[in-house]
Amino acid sequence: MTKKITINPITRLEGHGKIEIFLDDKGNVDDAYWQVVELRGFERFCLGRPVEELPRIVSNICGVCPTPHNMASVKALDDLYEVEPTPTAKLIRQLHYNAFMVEDHLLHFFILAGPDFVLGPSADPAERNILGVIAKVGLEIGGKVIEVRKRCREIIRYIASKPPHPEGGLPGGVSRGITEEDRKWMKETADFSVEFCQFALELFKQIVLDNKEYLNLVLNDAYKLNTYYMGLVDENNRVSFYEGKCRVVNPKGEEYALFDYHDYVNHIGEWVEPWTYIKLTHLRKIGWNGLNDGEATSLYRVGPLARLNAADSMYTPLAQREYEAMFDILGGKPSHHTLAFHWARLIEALQAAEHMQRIANDPLLTSKDIRNMALRLSKVGIGCVEAARGTLIHHYEADGDGKTTKVNLIVATQHNAAPICLSIKKAAMGFVKGPEVKEGLLNMVEMAFRAYDPCLSCATHALPGRMPLMLNIRDRNGSLIRTVQRP
Amino acid sequence: MAKPKVAICWLGGCGGCDEAVVDINEVILGVASAVDFVLWPVALDFKYHSVEGMKNGEIALSVINGNVRNSEQEEVAKLLREKSQLVLGFGSCACFGGTPGLANLTTKEDIFNWVYRDAPTVVNPDGNYPQISTRVAGKELTLPEFYKHVHALNDIIDVDYYLPGCPPPPHLVMYAVSAVLENKLPPKGSTLAPQRALCDSCKRNNSKPERLAIREIKRIHEVETTPDICFLAQGVICLGIATRDGCGESCLNINIPCRGCFGPVEGVADSGAKFVSALASILDVQSDEDIARVVDQIIDPVGYMYRFSLPASTLRKKQG
Ligand code: SF4
Ligand code: SF4
Ligand code: SF4
Repeated sequence: MTKKITINPITRLEGHGKIEIFLDDKGNVDDAYWQVVELRGFERFCLGRPVEELPRIVSNICGVCPTPHNMASVKALDDLYEVEPTPTAKLIRQLHYNAFMVEDHLLHFFILAGPDFVLGPSADPAERNILGVIAKVGLEIGGKVIEVRKRCREIIRYIASKPPHPEGGLPGGVSRGITEEDRKWMKETADFSVEFCQFALELFKQIVLDNKEYLNLVLNDAYKLNTYYMGLVDENNRVSFYEGKCRVVNPKGEEYALFDYHDYVNHIGEWVEPWTYIKLTHLRKIGWNGLNDGEATSLYRVGPLARLNAADSMYTPLAQREYEAMFDILGGKPSHHTLAFHWARLIEALQAAEHMQRIANDPLLTSKDIRNMALRLSKVGIGCVEAARGTLIHHYEADGDGKTTKVNLIVATQHNAAPICLSIKKAAMGFVKGPEVKEGLLNMVEMAFRAYDPCLSCATHALPGRMPLMLNIRDRNGSLIRTVQRP
Repeated sequence: MAKPKVAICWLGGCGGCDEAVVDINEVILGVASAVDFVLWPVALDFKYHSVEGMKNGEIALSVINGNVRNSEQEEVAKLLREKSQLVLGFGSCACFGGTPGLANLTTKEDIFNWVYRDAPTVVNPDGNYPQISTRVAGKELTLPEFYKHVHALNDIIDVDYYLPGCPPPPHLVMYAVSAVLENKLPPKGSTLAPQRALCDSCKRNNSKPERLAIREIKRIHEVETTPDICFLAQGVICLGIATRDGCGESCLNINIPCRGCFGPVEGVADSGAKFVSALASILDVQSDEDIARVVDQIIDPVGYMYRFSLPASTLRKKQG
C-alpha cells in the first residue's frame, strides 16, 4: 500500500521549495527535510559587467525584496569607490528603504501570513487568502491595506523607477533629488503609514492575543527554536535597517559578537549539503554542528524577531513601546517563538514608518546636493543592509576598469535555512500524527515556515529558475504514504 | 453565466511580476470579482493538482511569468498551455528570458564551482555538491536537474500574447486585463504594448541632435547628466532607440538611462543589432572604422544590449 502526501506548490511564500517528512513505524514523525531546489547563477553572470550596473541587475534576484538588493549593491559601490554619499543622498536612500520596509512587512502580514490568523489555520483554502481577509475585516480596512502599499510604492517609484525592480542608486549618491513640492505628499504618506501600522498592531492584538487558542499556538513548543540571533544595530544597539554593525546574541540573549560587516567572512560560514541547493549558514567560529538547536548549536536566525532579540531597543519611540509590550507578553528576551516573527514584523513596520516621518520632515531632504563625485576606485566593496527578511551582504571585487571580477552574496533566507528545516521538523512532529493528516494540520506545518517569510528567489540567487514546494510524507522505508492535496 | 477562469503562475521568475499584478491596486478587487482565480501560488492556496483535474481549454487565460530553466517549469508551462484557451507571456523573463538569461553566458559547472567550492564563505570539507539523489540516514532525498540554458517561454510552448517589461507597468497590466475581459484582443501573437521606440515618447528626444558627435562613451557613475538632455547626446549609453515604448519612461524620469527591459521594437528579434545600427545611423562619423571605434569603447556590450533578452536573441542562437 503506497500512499503519498504532497502539497504542491506550497503557497503564499515568495518562491518554491520542497518538504520531505519521514514517519516511523507508528506513524510518528521521524525526520523532516526542507529542500531548496533551484539555482540561478547571479554570482557568476554578474562577472565582467561594469560594476556600476550591478544595482540594476541584482535587483532582479528577487522582485519581492528588490530594494534591499539594490541598496546593498549601492552601498558596496560606495565602499568600492571609497566615497561617502552626501547627507541628502543618504536621506533619500533611507526614505526609499523605509518606504520599502513598511509596504513589504505589511504585504507579508496581510497577504501572505495574515490569512492563517485572520481566517484561522484550518479555514477553507479557497478563502484562506487576502480576498478572504478583506471579506472578513471589511472593505474599508482592505482598501487601506491596498492604499498604504500603493502610496509607499509611489515613493519608491519616484526615487528608483519600478518598485519591483529598482533601477536607481549610484556610488556616492542617488540619481534624482526630491522637490519641496513632492516632499508634501511624501510627508502625508509617512503620517498615513504610522497611523496604519499602529492600527495593524491593534488588529494583531485583537485577533491573536485576545484569542486564547491563537496565543497558545504562538507559544506552542512546536513553534519554538533555541538559536542565536543576528541583526544590524546602530551605535546605541538599536534596531537599524540601513547601516550599523552586526550583532549576534546567544540563545540566552547575551552578546556573542559585535562585528563590522566587512569582516563577515570570519564570522559566517556556508555549509554545503548534497540534498539542497541552498547553502546553510552558521557561526563559523563555533563551526558547523548540524541541524540542531539548543546549547551547542551554531545556528542563528535573522529577520524581524531576530533583530529585536539582537538589539537592545528600537530606534523610534512608538515602536519602542510596542517592543517592550511584546517581550512582556512573550515572557522576556530573547523570544524563541517562531510565530512571534509576525508580531515583530509589525513593530518593525512601525519603526520604518516613524523613520520615514522623521526623514520627510528633515530640511536637508530637498537639498540639491545629491551626489558626491569624489570617486576613487579600489578593489573590494562590501555592502550590508537588513533586508525585510534579514541580514543581506553583497561583496564585489573589480579590476582597474571597474569591471566585476568577483561577487559573493549572503542573503536572508540562507541564514534562516537550517532553522527553517528544524522548525518544520518540530512543527511536523507536533502536528502530524500518523498517515491520516488533515489539510489544516499540514497548513500548520506550512505556517512554521511562512513565519520566516522565506524568500526562495533570494535564497537561490545562485541557482536557476524557481520550483514549487512539495510536502511528501513517507514511511520508514522511504515510500510515499499518502497524498493529501488541496482542492 | 460562469465567470472565466484565470491562472497566474511563475516559472523561473523573481516574484516581481506577481507584485506587478498586485500593483494594479484596488482594481485587483474588481478583477477578482469578475473572474475565478484557479491558481496563483504567491497569493492563493490552490495547488497544481486542481489544474491537472481540469478539462483542456477550461481555463480562459493563463498569465505566465518567468523563464524556463528546468523540467519542472517546462511541465507546469505545458500543463497550463493544455488547459488554457489563451496564454499571456507576462514580463521580460517570459517574453525574452530576462536578466537571469545572462546565465547563458556561463556554464553550470562554473556556477557550481563558485557557489559550492570557491566562494570565500564556503565551508565544505567533504567537497559536497548538490546531487539529484542523496541518501541521508537511509532516506532518499531528490533534487531536480537543470537545463543547460535559460529559455524564453515561447521556446517551450505556444504563447498567444506578450506583455513585456521587468515587470510590466500597472497601466499596461490594466490594459491587458480589460482587453481580455472585454474580448477586444488584437491578433494572436501581438505584444500588448506600443510598437514604436521609447525615444518617441521620451521628453529628452527633442534635445537629441540629428547627428550625434560622441567622441567618448561615458559610464553613468562618471558624469552628472543633465535631466533634459538625451543621454546619448551626453555620451551615456541609453537603449531607448532600440527598445519598445510603454514603460512610461520610468528610468528616464529618475535620470537613469534605459537598459531595454521592454525588449526590441516591433518586428525586431535582436535588440543588440538594432541598437548598433540605430546608433550608427545617428553618429556623426564617416567611416565604418569610426563607428567601430566608438562601439569598441563600450565595455561589456552584451551586458548592455542583451541585458533582458539574451535567451531570445539571435546572438544566443549563434552561440548554440
Ligand atoms: S520580468 Fe523582471 S520582474 Fe518579472 S519575473 Fe522576470 S526579473 Fe522578475
Ligand atoms: S536615447 Fe534615451 S534619452 Fe535619448 S531620446 Fe532616446 S530614450 Fe530619451
Ligand atoms: S526606461 Fe528602459 S529599462 Fe527602464 S523601465 Fe523603461 S524600458 Fe525598462
